[in-house]
Amino acid sequence: MRSLYISIYSEFYKSKKTLAFWASILLPLIICSLITFGFYSSSEKILNLHQPPMILWLRYIGAALGVMGILILPFYVIFMAFSVNNIEHKNDTWKSLFAQPLNKFSIYAAKYIFAIILIFLSLFLFCSLTFAFGHLLQLLVPKFNFNQYDPSMILIKFYVKLFLSSLGILSIQFILSLLWGDFLKPMGIGFVGTIMGIIAGNVGWKYAYLIPYSHPSLVLSGSKAAANPLNFPIFTPEIYSSLIYASILFILGYFIVMKKSIK
Amino acid sequence: MSTFAIETVGLNFNFGQQAILNNLALQVPKGSIYGFLGPNGAGKTTTIKILLNLLKSPSDQVFIFGKEINNNRIAILKRVGALVEQPAIYGHLTGKENLVNRCLLLGIKRSKADEMLAIVGLTEAANKKSNQYSLGMKQRLGIALALVSDPELLLLDEPTNGLDPNGIIEIRNLMIELTTKHHKTILVSSHLLAEIERTATHVGIINKGELLFQGTIQELQLLNKPLLEIDVNDIDGASMLLTENGYEIATKTDAKIWIPFVSQTESGIINTLLIQNGFTVTSLSLQRKDLENLFLDITKTN
Repeated sequence: MRSLYISIYSEFYKSKKTLAFWASILLPLIICSLITFGFYSSSEKILNLHQPPMILWLRYIGAALGVMGILILPFYVIFMAFSVNNIEHKNDTWKSLFAQPLNKFSIYAAKYIFAIILIFLSLFLFCSLTFAFGHLLQLLVPKFNFNQYDPSMILIKFYVKLFLSSLGILSIQFILSLLWGDFLKPMGIGFVGTIMGIIAGNVGWKYAYLIPYSHPSLVLSGSKAAANPLNFPIFTPEIYSSLIYASILFILGYFIVMKKSIK
Repeated sequence: MSTFAIETVGLNFNFGQQAILNNLALQVPKGSIYGFLGPNGAGKTTTIKILLNLLKSPSDQVFIFGKEINNNRIAILKRVGALVEQPAIYGHLTGKENLVNRCLLLGIKRSKADEMLAIVGLTEAANKKSNQYSLGMKQRLGIALALVSDPELLLLDEPTNGLDPNGIIEIRNLMIELTTKHHKTILVSSHLLAEIERTATHVGIINKGELLFQGTIQELQLLNKPLLEIDVNDIDGASMLLTENGYEIATKTDAKIWIPFVSQTESGIINTLLIQNGFTVTSLSLQRKDLENLFLDITKTN
């Protein structure tokens, strides 16, 4: 346990000066700011629609979720899986990492967990910044009715679901980036996978839930299709599928690490 | 307790079909500086990676401090520090941050980082990004990383690579100090014998995965037999005469003959023998090969 903790802490120490780490903070900050600015600058138009507070919130939340969920989240996850492994490939440090008196499982699991932490951090920031910036909009434009509805439950549910749906992609990409030191192979496969996933998710293919890359877009299209937008279930087939992929590939990755000769 | 810090027993290793190490039997005594010599591609780095369990060795062939490596990986690695090939350094971190990160992983106090920087002379560059370091500075940082855990056994793969003459002398002195004052064992690989012979107490010479010589540096020097070089007019006739009189011809060219040197008196007798038989001897001299040539000879015959 101690060996896992120090490995995770070292991952944090190593990457605190890297783009990957800052991207997980800057990405939600930039996207949420842009959307908020959009709402602020076109507040007249939005106010003219006279939407009830819940619909206004859904519109506002949906703006971030729409961009984030379908396109940015898969690519962000691909990038994170790449970065945590690339830091060792690039510096040729696998050999010194595995020559430390730490068990190999800790070293491997720490990297995986660190990638999950970065994704969680980013989605957590998306969730809380959406909430905070919505209330900021209310302060700036008092005619909005953001204060008449509490969106926290729906926000949390959406982002928890998105988070869970991203774990399948993460696990595939994690193994690819572990095996290959270059950028193009995992990125290329991830890109093709994501495009396929989006198409499969959007055309409503029956077995789309079996493709990890389509999980985030299924989460979004699924909740839109739900009769009541507030009452969608978290554990749907795509989420189970994502979690199963994640667990199996996590174990598989460990065997790869155990077998891997550090050349 | 084993007296060897490192012992390999009939170690074989292949990358797929290609055999890299063949029946390697290293014996590195505790407290020694073991010069691990061989040309490029001889299997030195592979051996060091096996000693770190980075490459999996067959069971019961590799023992560090008397313990089998595959079953005692963590316990062994706690006592070993290593520099393998190019130093493994995170380029986006400063030299100090690289050491602090290693301290974190090893559970050592961070203050040790400054101490190590001072030992390898990088205090002034401590807060510079390490990808801006020169090759020599990277090598020093690599050595600092290997030393930070105060290991009993150090594996240094070509540690003076890229260092200037001053740096080489510093590393040499550091190695001697570590073994004499702090009773460490050091295995240092190199493809240059000249670099090893001043520090090493023991030498292992490897070529194409086979250990060709292993012993103390004195034993290596004993192998280095002196020769008597004879300049004589009729090489073929002289060789025949010498052979008939029971002398062994080590080698000969169109103008010279070499035979093993025994003593000065013996050289005089040979001279008289040649002259009495009508040969003209223009010079007789004692030749001793330097260790570098000896090393080349040993690896060439393989």
